[in-house]
Amino acid sequence: MRRLINQQPGRAGALLLSALPFILVVAAYLVCSNARLAENPGDKLLPAPATIAATIQQFAFEEDERTGTYLLWNDTRASLERLLWALAVSALIGVALGVAIGVVPYLRVTVAPFVAAVSLIPPLAILPILFIVVGLGEAAKITLIIIGVAPIIVRDLAMRTAELPREQIIKAQTLGSSTWQLVLRVVLPQMWPRLVDALRLTLGSAWLFLIAAEAIASTEGLGYRIFLVRRYLAMDVILPYVAWITLLAFTMDWLLRLLRAKAFGWAEAGA
Amino acid sequence: MTQVTVKRLWKEFGSQVVLENVNLHIDDHEFVTIVGASGCGKTTFLRMLLGVETPSRGEFLIDGRSLQSEPGPDRGIVFQRYSLFPHLTVIQNLLLGLELRGAPLLGRLFGAPRRRALERAKMLLEAVGLQSSADKYPRQLSGGMQQRLSIAQSVICEPKILLLDEPFGALDPGLTADMHELILKLWNMNKMTVFMVTHDLRESFELGTRLLVFDKVRVDPQAPDAYGATITFNIPLKGHRTATAAA
Repeated sequence: MRRLINQQPGRAGALLLSALPFILVVAAYLVCSNARLAENPGDKLLPAPATIAATIQQFAFEEDERTGTYLLWNDTRASLERLLWALAVSALIGVALGVAIGVVPYLRVTVAPFVAAVSLIPPLAILPILFIVVGLGEAAKITLIIIGVAPIIVRDLAMRTAELPREQIIKAQTLGSSTWQLVLRVVLPQMWPRLVDALRLTLGSAWLFLIAAEAIASTEGLGYRIFLVRRYLAMDVILPYVAWITLLAFTMDWLLRLLRAKAFGWAEAGA
Repeated sequence: MTQVTVKRLWKEFGSQVVLENVNLHIDDHEFVTIVGASGCGKTTFLRMLLGVETPSRGEFLIDGRSLQSEPGPDRGIVFQRYSLFPHLTVIQNLLLGLELRGAPLLGRLFGAPRRRALERAKMLLEAVGLQSSADKYPRQLSGGMQQRLSIAQSVICEPKILLLDEPFGALDPGLTADMHELILKLWNMNKMTVFMVTHDLRESFELGTRLLVFDKVRVDPQAPDAYGATITFNIPLKGHRTATAAA
């Protein structure tokens, strides 16, 4: 008998095993839902698959009577718009500030401790300040995500930049590189894949801040909807919405991973 | 013409004296090999010449002028490793030096200047025997190929002085003969002055036109850091200059 650490599942086996937890969860849900509904057909906590399907049909493919929009798609658009704007701005701040801190010692001394301090402020704690200062509109929600995400990206990229082998930086100078050229030709190209990694890692918190902001002050959006229907115990809405959010997050992560593999072939692992 | 003069050079780190009273004059187109025990300051000496360390006292003069205290295009460097740019292909690594010099703002060349630079890079690539790997990334190259590229990358900018910090230390012994031939070829082609730190005494005798030995003259067993190393031997060698020129 080989040691446990040396036993590898085959391809089909691996696929089956990774599907197993999902299947178990779904099966457990069905069993529990059935049991509860048998006892009380009006139970709202664990709706039957048919009820959920009907709700999805209503939210995704039928116009809402009151607003005249398809609620799911409208919520998705609103949320993604906020999320993508915030991520784009965060990435921009992250690259610009992170690389600058990593490359220029004077900036490192001046800005790095400040960024470190700012990154420790719990973003949700200053959400009221944002609402007071920039109002309840889109800007507050986007700013919240940026405040939560950008400092992490800044610090990460500053660290990655400082981690570049000293030899490379010296070599570039012996090739006549100015500081600007060094940033442009040596540092930035090596930071793009790092930025993608940083974005992937912060995606989770970005969603967290998005949903929190939407729950508190919004009139559309995935987080808004979940918190709205909570009042009616509408699990048949909440569950598909949560699954949909998870799927969106997974897809974004997958796209970023794909981008990294396709665009930065030089940076593949195992150098 | 590149003459390097070192005048009463001292280097201290805190209370630790690394180098003391180093005096030296090196003529144009010499191949200087530097040997010495570990921690006797030979790499520190090279780093000061490179401009990443500053002398505590004394100075370096290149052609009578004081050395710039930061790395510059007049002094090329080849480290033991890590001096290639992993995000650039072999040919792009070579082009970089020419592009940085030709395009201060963008660091990239376009059109005819780029074609001329590419021409030159390809010639050099052939000289170091890497033409078939032009579009590979550094991580796809073997250690020996990486070092050859690193040397070519430094040479393409035609530095007056080339500094080599144990460039073949991490390579298979079988590869070093090839590398020696290559470095001598480039040294003769570009008429530069070479400073090479090495652990390999045989290598230092084979390659150099001048051998410098760094060692401590005085040692206080109670305070091992109190005295620094200096050049204890400065031996002119026959070198390969004539031999390779004839070959």
